[in-house]
Amino acid sequence: MTGIQSALDPAGVQAAQIHNLWHLFLWVCAAVYVVTVAFFLLALIKGRRRVEPVVDAASERRMTIAVGTGAGVTIVALLGLLTASVATGHAIGTFGNAKLEIQVTGHQWWWEVTYPHAEADKIIRTANEIHIPTGTPILVRVATRDVIHSLWMPNLHGKRDLIPGRVNKFWIEADRPGVFRGQCAEYCGMQHANMALVVVAESPADFDRWEQHQRTPAPDPKTAEQLRGRQAFLSLPCVNCHAITGTDAYATLGPDLTHLATRTTLAAGTLINNKGNLSGWILNAPAIKPGNQMPANVLDAQQLNDVVAYLESLR
Amino acid sequence: MSEYALTDERELHATWKPATGLLGWLSETGHKPIGLRYIVTAMCFFGAAGLEAALMRLQLSRPNNTLLGPDTYNQLFTMHGTTMMFLFAVPVMEGMAIYLVPLMVGTRNVAFPRLNAYGYFVYLFGGIFIYTMFALGAGADAGWFAYVPLSGPGFSPGKRVDTWSQMITFTELSALVVAIEITVTAFKQRAPGMSLNRIPLFVWSMIVTSFMILFAMPSVMLGSGFLALDRLVATHFFNQSEGGDTILYQHLFWFFGHPEVYIIFIPALGFISMILSAFTGRKVFGYPVMVSSLVFTGFMAFGLWVHHMFATGLPQLGESFFTAASIVISIPTGVQIFCWIATLWTGRLVIRTPLLYVLGFFIVFIIGGLSGVMIASVPLDLQLHDTFFIVAHLHYVLIGGAVFPLFGAFHFWFPKWTGRMFSERMGRLSFWLLLIGFNVTFFPMHLLGLMGMPRRVYTYGAQMGWTALNQLASAGAVFIVASIVIMLTNFFVSRRSGEPAGNNPWNADSLEWSTASPPPPYNFLHIPVVSGANALWDAAPDQPFVTGMRTHRREVLVTKTLDAEPDHREEIPGATIVPFFLALTTTVALWGAIFFAWWFTVGTLLSVIVLLFWFWPKREDVEEHLENERKFTLERGGEVPT
Repeated sequence: MTGIQSALDPAGVQAAQIHNLWHLFLWVCAAVYVVTVAFFLLALIKGRRRVEPVVDAASERRMTIAVGTGAGVTIVALLGLLTASVATGHAIGTFGNAKLEIQVTGHQWWWEVTYPHAEADKIIRTANEIHIPTGTPILVRVATRDVIHSLWMPNLHGKRDLIPGRVNKFWIEADRPGVFRGQCAEYCGMQHANMALVVVAESPADFDRWEQHQRTPAPDPKTAEQLRGRQAFLSLPCVNCHAITGTDAYATLGPDLTHLATRTTLAAGTLINNKGNLSGWILNAPAIKPGNQMPANVLDAQQLNDVVAYLESLR
Repeated sequence: MSEYALTDERELHATWKPATGLLGWLSETGHKPIGLRYIVTAMCFFGAAGLEAALMRLQLSRPNNTLLGPDTYNQLFTMHGTTMMFLFAVPVMEGMAIYLVPLMVGTRNVAFPRLNAYGYFVYLFGGIFIYTMFALGAGADAGWFAYVPLSGPGFSPGKRVDTWSQMITFTELSALVVAIEITVTAFKQRAPGMSLNRIPLFVWSMIVTSFMILFAMPSVMLGSGFLALDRLVATHFFNQSEGGDTILYQHLFWFFGHPEVYIIFIPALGFISMILSAFTGRKVFGYPVMVSSLVFTGFMAFGLWVHHMFATGLPQLGESFFTAASIVISIPTGVQIFCWIATLWTGRLVIRTPLLYVLGFFIVFIIGGLSGVMIASVPLDLQLHDTFFIVAHLHYVLIGGAVFPLFGAFHFWFPKWTGRMFSERMGRLSFWLLLIGFNVTFFPMHLLGLMGMPRRVYTYGAQMGWTALNQLASAGAVFIVASIVIMLTNFFVSRRSGEPAGNNPWNADSLEWSTASPPPPYNFLHIPVVSGANALWDAAPDQPFVTGMRTHRREVLVTKTLDAEPDHREEIPGATIVPFFLALTTTVALWGAIFFAWWFTVGTLLSVIVLLFWFWPKREDVEEHLENERKFTLERGGEVPT
């Protein structure tokens, strides 16, 4: 039962603890089921053989003892499970000093990801992709700009709701590198199904490289095509919603595109980030992800080519 | 039968004769026709919701499927959940209770028959209302729970959510009036001798359910009412930026929503006890324990609503309390299951279709109960909440816990309703198809949830690895459809051509089996007297009955709550069309209000006019009362002014 979005394939401390608790519950419950159904089947066999029901005092007393024993065993088993559950809850809910903090803000239907920093120019803003160093306790703060969403990255931890007017938080710690997937778990409207994000757990060294790179402004165009593309981008409606650091585009309604080309997906995990998908998305996003906020755009072939070339250069 | 009894019977027939024709149909106030109408209507909505489910299964049977768009899919799952919870599960249990409770306690009709008729029409119009709006493209699409702010004015413009919140009002009204009728009928109209410790377990389960309705429904009424006000007249109950609170809505909804599950489940526990006792030939083991378990469950059900909100970030200590409460509620259910096993263990089993469904309950429901223990744990719930694991869990609990016993109950009381037996072969076939189909459809969903598939997604990518299990689930749905079709065919055919059933084909013990099948409009020629917990098995050959009831008026015997000692005779209203008109004016008020607030006033004023007719005394009644008073005074030697 491995998978990039699976509670059964933990890649982090919290998910592993929950996974252990799951095993305990699964086996205890399975045992209870087997025993109960066995008694039930036995009762069926006995009952079918009988010609007259037995309701004498001795038999009723035996049954009382049996039911009482059953209830007693149930209570003990449940108390055990309750204790284990509370202990696990305590273990995953409390944490020491976080070495890193990530803020995730939900939008209909994408994730805004921010790595805060005391110095304004070192704040990282990206979208639909989270990078984390392994072996490091991380504090995740979640909030929403519109409706309730729920951030769920099952390989790392359970979910946490994003609620208007509140900031919720939880701790994660990846214990092995890997690329995972997270998804919105609280129904949030038309495109709830296509609100995913990529989680990249990497070695601290790799993470540092990624972090340093993300802090740089967008690279300048290197070819004439890319230059034309940037001009087109800045003159088209794109700038009403998107930001590219180092240019005059600084709107925050849509995902930050500063390092778009380093990301592996488009439209919150809906599409793989490649030239064809990017072109289609720019031209007619509503057809790909009906109901989403990105409008269809009218670009001629030349413009489209230039804009895509520019966006693809945003490494 | 003495000549005296024959005269009684003729007169009772004349007094209780149902009116005929369309007007007669609309004027009906008898509990049996209205109960059956509830059941048939609820089954129609069950069919609609099943169709919606089938379409969803079709959509999910392939990754990136384009059969349904997100808008349609979101309406479908909203309508499916809303219909199943509000228009099928609760009303069908109410219908069963309306039909069975008066018969089981040995009376002639429910208390408040006109209210009963009104409740049915309000329910029917509420269902017609939401499906009309759905057909017109204004189907609710914010989920059956309609969380704010998604359902609020900012994110759900248009009439869709208004339709949803107003439909709640309709079903609320109907549920509340049924709860009142059932409580009063069970407490005040029991046959003499049926003290509290002799009430059939199904009636007990309906008493507990009715009290739960009385306390749970007002909470969702507040929730949906505030939502409607936020949307229609711009109040800000749930608007965070204006001092409202989004979480408050969730508390109001789940304070109702969790007990709702038990409102559906507890009547089913009643069915199981009745069926088991008939087919084991003994009274259910541990009657006092069974009753206290029901009552305990009813109370506890109000203490665990927060387990639907573990992911909202509540304080840990509070969450632990609700984990403990959620785990504790499995104890009374466990104890009941053990008592039933003890009943089977010591009983003489006759395996017929109704019993098979109860056996299906054991196999299926226990899985749902145990997965419920899993999601009561906060850490596990954080992974499993809002995934297909929950879809699996809730269907194991609701289909396993309520629908299996309900279908068992359909088969069990079918002979009573129609006077004919169903085909045992078709009954068994439909049972096995349902058992197999159900498990094939819903078991894989546990795994899907663990493998990361969230609920309420209209599509998924092929790379997620969810395809095979989804296909399996969709294939299983075919068996379920086949099973339901066979069951309904069985009922339709057997209703006309089945073997005559007689009064008591199962040799069961409760009072409804002592009268004809189908029972006459007045239920019993003579109000029975009960002398044991198993009314019919404990009856003497010359069991006494109540005489002295007037037969030329619709009269019921009112008894004392604890020991059911006769207290007085009460005349209850006969057929009248006024409840139908009151339901119409209620509909004008509620349906109109989502378009223009003044319609609410218009509808209310019209209702007041109708209520004048409702409460207007009948001349013949007044005259008869005066006449009685005169006679009474004369008998005691008083003087009567002429």
